[in-house]
Amino acid sequence: MTDLTVTDLHAAHGRSPILNGVDLTVAHGQLACVLGPSGCGKSTLLRVIAGFHPASRGQLTLDGRVLDDATRRPVPAERRRIGYVPQDGALFPHLTVAANIGFGLPRRERRKRVSELLDLIGLPDLAERHPHQLSGGQQQRVALARALAPQPELLLLDEPFSALDTALRATLRTDVAVLLRSTGTTAVLVTHDQEEALAIADTVAVMQGGRITQQATPHRLYHQPTDADTARLLGEANLLPARLDTTVAHTALGPLPLSGSAGPATDATVLLRPHQLRLSTTDGPDRVRVRVVRSVFRGADHRVELVLEAGAQPLQPLVAHTDTAPPSDGQPLYLTVTGHAHPV
Amino acid sequence: MTTAPVEAGRPAPVLRRRAAGLLPHRPVLALLACAVVAALAVPLVFTLVQAGQAGTGQAQRLLERPLIATLLWNTVTLAAAVTTACCVLGFGAAYLVERTDLPGRRWWTVALTMPLAVPEFVRGYSWVSLFRQVHGYWGAVLVMTCSLYPLVFLPVAASLRSSDTACEEVSRSLGRGPLATLWRVTLPLSRAAVAGGALLVSLYLLGEYGAFAMLRFTTFSTAIFTEYQLGFDAASAALLTLVLVLLALLLVALEGTLGRHGGRPARTGTAPRSASRVRLRRWTAPAAAALAVLVGTALGVPLYALGYWLVVGGSTTLPPASIVDAALTTLGYAFAAALVATAAAIPVALYSWRRGTRWARSLERLSYLTRALPGIAVALSVVYVAIRYAQPLYQQPPMLVAGYVVLFFPLALTALRAALAQIPPGTEEVARSLGAGPATVLARVTLPLILPGLGAAVAMVGLTASTELTATLLLRPTGTETLATQFWTYTSGLAYGAAAPYAALMAALSVPPVLLLTRRTLGTHHRAEKR
Repeated sequence: MTDLTVTDLHAAHGRSPILNGVDLTVAHGQLACVLGPSGCGKSTLLRVIAGFHPASRGQLTLDGRVLDDATRRPVPAERRRIGYVPQDGALFPHLTVAANIGFGLPRRERRKRVSELLDLIGLPDLAERHPHQLSGGQQQRVALARALAPQPELLLLDEPFSALDTALRATLRTDVAVLLRSTGTTAVLVTHDQEEALAIADTVAVMQGGRITQQATPHRLYHQPTDADTARLLGEANLLPARLDTTVAHTALGPLPLSGSAGPATDATVLLRPHQLRLSTTDGPDRVRVRVVRSVFRGADHRVELVLEAGAQPLQPLVAHTDTAPPSDGQPLYLTVTGHAHPV
Repeated sequence: MTTAPVEAGRPAPVLRRRAAGLLPHRPVLALLACAVVAALAVPLVFTLVQAGQAGTGQAQRLLERPLIATLLWNTVTLAAAVTTACCVLGFGAAYLVERTDLPGRRWWTVALTMPLAVPEFVRGYSWVSLFRQVHGYWGAVLVMTCSLYPLVFLPVAASLRSSDTACEEVSRSLGRGPLATLWRVTLPLSRAAVAGGALLVSLYLLGEYGAFAMLRFTTFSTAIFTEYQLGFDAASAALLTLVLVLLALLLVALEGTLGRHGGRPARTGTAPRSASRVRLRRWTAPAAAALAVLVGTALGVPLYALGYWLVVGGSTTLPPASIVDAALTTLGYAFAAALVATAAAIPVALYSWRRGTRWARSLERLSYLTRALPGIAVALSVVYVAIRYAQPLYQQPPMLVAGYVVLFFPLALTALRAALAQIPPGTEEVARSLGAGPATVLARVTLPLILPGLGAAVAMVGLTASTELTATLLLRPTGTETLATQFWTYTSGLAYGAAAPYAALMAALSVPPVLLLTRRTLGTHHRAEKR
């Protein structure tokens, strides 16, 4: 059904290229997150899809319909049936909440559909308010309802939660994800917050330097990123030099099982997430003696930086997350590794 | 990307408020500020008193004359037509420049604001001297529209430039085309700016004398002027002035209601985003042509007239006068007034900037009042005060300087406030905490920081006063000729050639204030086009 397909998309602002061959596919009903650092071109990608910015090369199709192939005149934004929620909501300040939601609807459908949507976003009593009388979270909900009102084939959200405070952000993003799934809306959400992307997306596309470097499910992306940059973008990463030999990585922490078969012996780097490192005060098989160089209490856990007592040191201290504070009295500490090492 | 959790409905607290608690109340500054505002208000209060003395009988006789009805009709219909035309032209031009991909936008912005540099009476002269057909109502509509549309163009362009296009983009994504978006989103969002510009236009129209006299069109201000010159009857002139003042206040109130809704940003705190401009495609050429016609009419005609009369010259039977003397006299008076006005503006600006209390802000707003009053009313009220209470000063140089100060004080205040707004909050408090006393802070921190603003204030007032005609005619010492009055003498004698150098010089003097105004309104930095 409604598939968004972006093929080899290029776009530029004046002479400076922003998108350098983006490939992205979003299946019907999916919520896709485009994750990337500021300035990687993710907002521009959204604006090209929405029709606010022309593509200079490549193709953009929605449900088989060509929207922009950089040769013909692109389909204007108002004829794409693509909803858009910008970062700060951009509610029309001169219209009430009800008029905002009804903006894109034919006059006769307005009343019924607006009250449906007000119920859907849980603000049935605010129809006659003006945008400046709403809180930030309410404004974003109304902006979402306004975009959903004409039942668009695709919804685009440009960092919709970044202007909200942390607690509200977490609640609202869950609510929005639930709402989008319940309405079966295909959506693309752009964010620089990896936690947000991992929490709500069906599929995450990592964008770097105007290109999608990897697109996968959140779980796969977190544990099996294709390169070191992606690994670090998604969360803290211990990157260790290793010698790979079929299914085993030989590292300074001893031999570790690999997440996949590596084939003939090669030198490479493997990824271990902090929670894979466990600390104990007793020695044993496959344990390596370590020393704590820094420990920070973070509420839920402790972030501990470690160096090896013997052998080749990794470039960066190893990072582990532990439930209890590491002993500070110079007692010997030992490290074990759980799970697989993933070559990047 | 920073996340600034700014909740709407609770606008960010004014940072200056904090200063109120930190700094001890300084009665000296408050007293100075009050004294300045009181001095500015004296002439206006006196006009009220004077009109009150006319008595009901005289007032009734005067106000029931058919002339009053004609004047009212002329003034109101003219103001309606010109204001409407200015709104259409000003908004249209601002939309094309700020929201479409029209080529040469920077150039157009300058060209579209430059008509402000041609004083209205010089514009009247350039049309009347070239085309005999231009006179009366339609002549006045044409000439005044060409003069005043930039007063709508500038604020609308500024508001379009500072607001990002997210609302327009959302409207497009909801299926509304460019025209529907213009009508349903852009226009309502610009309502406050349009209303503010329309108010300025109509206030100018109420106070204008020179251009209407030249076009032989009678309005309240020309009638007041005639009344004053023929048989001086203070009471009835004051009554007419009062009617004019009431009209002006009515307009201010009207703007207050019309401009209030709309345009209120739902939320602040996020950086404006790059604009996606409306593609004109095949409409590019017609749009550029329309702007060219506007600029050609508003700027080309006066330039052509000045060039023509400068080259043709022309013999005059009037005694020749030295343009150098007139220029020196003009600049002397204008810059004396500029220095006084700027000096007087310092305490008022500082007081309301440091203390964001309601009282301080009301005081500041009160001092803007003269801007809302027709120039001729302000000038006449200065005359009344001089005749009644300061007879020795009547028709002496200080009276003209005082008139300029009262008229142009708001310009100085605006320039200083703009400069003060650039100072990061807390700067003065930091200086105090480092051991500097209030006077030292003023001398070593605040004044050096607003030095460019002081310069801008002096230049703005001085150059604007240099081209003032109405107040100069009313207030000048006998025998004193400024550029404007000498020009007026020549054109009244139809010596168009002899008047041309004066007009050209006045237009040249007006260019820097217009550039200053444009820069302050639109900002020096064009918004970055990329992200």
